[in-house]
Amino acid sequence: MPVINMRLAQPAVLVDINRISSLDFIKAENGSVAIGALTRHASVASSEVLKQSCPMLPYAAQFVADVQVRNRGTFGGSISNADPAAQFPALVYTLGGEITARDSKGSRRIPAAEFFIAALTTALKPSEMVTEVRVPSLQGKIWSFRVVAPRAGDTVLAGVAVACELDTDGNCRWARIGMFGVGPTPLRASMAEEKLLGNRLEEKLIGEIAERAAAETQAGSDVYASASYRRELIRWLVAWNLRQIQGNPQEKKR
Amino acid sequence: MTRHASDLIGDDLGLTGAHVGREHGLCDCCTMPTGKEAMTRHAITLTVNGSSYTREVDARKLLSDFIRDDLGLTGTHVGCEHGLCGCCTIFLNGVTVKSCLTLAVQADGAELKTIEGLAPDGKFHPIQEAFWENHGLQCGFCTPGMLMSAVHLLEKNPNPTEQEIRKAIGGNLCRCTGYVNIVKSIKSAAEKMAGKLELTNFSSSSDLPSS
Repeated sequence: MPVINMRLAQPAVLVDINRISSLDFIKAENGSVAIGALTRHASVASSEVLKQSCPMLPYAAQFVADVQVRNRGTFGGSISNADPAAQFPALVYTLGGEITARDSKGSRRIPAAEFFIAALTTALKPSEMVTEVRVPSLQGKIWSFRVVAPRAGDTVLAGVAVACELDTDGNCRWARIGMFGVGPTPLRASMAEEKLLGNRLEEKLIGEIAERAAAETQAGSDVYASASYRRELIRWLVAWNLRQIQGNPQEKKR
Repeated sequence: MTRHASDLIGDDLGLTGAHVGREHGLCDCCTMPTGKEAMTRHAITLTVNGSSYTREVDARKLLSDFIRDDLGLTGTHVGCEHGLCGCCTIFLNGVTVKSCLTLAVQADGAELKTIEGLAPDGKFHPIQEAFWENHGLQCGFCTPGMLMSAVHLLEKNPNPTEQEIRKAIGGNLCRCTGYVNIVKSIKSAAEKMAGKLELTNFSSSSDLPSS
């Protein structure tokens, strides 16, 4: 709606999907969670199903905009809008989610890795709409999430989501490091993830991983922050998140 | 240098009837028919503060403009017109929304509560009293939205902490008070209303599905 208010978009036809209540759901099934396109941010924030299976989503939801926007804004809307600084696209991308798109001819599932093409640009065809988003469960994994924004709920300057799985020796056997606000789409710090795999989290390694992640950003400068400041934020955020995981390996284990 | 059609018409052609307002597309003072738009009109029926209204509206009309222009309920203020300032906050089916980010046609069949519904018999609601007593407003422009957000908070959380109050009004901008007295007002309202929440009951009509 803000884009329409600003006359940046002037659609000839608008279809209101708010009455399709069957698109408002959160369901856990077979190791993943399915979130209907019409699910409000407020529902994501308070969902017991998500708190059990993918708690990073309700945790991140509290940083999305403000109460009124969370009461009205939808998960499918956020994913389709593909704002590179938005929380939900970043988490769906980082965790390797899947987007179901549908048009009058049928539906298809698009991996998140192929969905976000550029800023505000997705793999959706003009005839398609998002009906459902699937996110893998985080059960048995440790995670940490933090954003930096000039004001609470404002556009994120930089955000980082980390999830990993440790073996019994404390070595990392699965890792995801997602970054947003620092490129045209959400990004994964894959070189930093590689560095983490097979290793124990310790201070020296954390510093090296954070350096690598910062080098993997595609940060740009704008009126809010310079590219170098954003890279510095990423370096700090990755290290902060990894220290959280190192310090509280049990706390966020579900 | 790009020239706007509005400037061309006004400055070069001397046709100053097309007014130039905010020059970023929000005010529509310079709107003129191009022959391309096929504006549709829709009849909508909705309940506002307990009264039912039926009106015919343009598909493009914002709910905030509808409430003010078509229903004459000017207590709902319009500030930024793109969802940042929160002055136009109302209750839509039991939850607060920014009415400038909603089209009037989307509210067909809905139940709305606006600031006018807070004091239906002209007697201040305890939250309004608290704002008065604690100097929770200066110019008053943001106040209707602030009050709506305060009601929404206190309905869900009758005894909020300062941090919870500040989070709850995060979507409402005030350029006068520095928020200190607003937070104080809401805290005081919470104490006033302890155990008397039936006074508001704004969200009783909620028919939103919950997940």
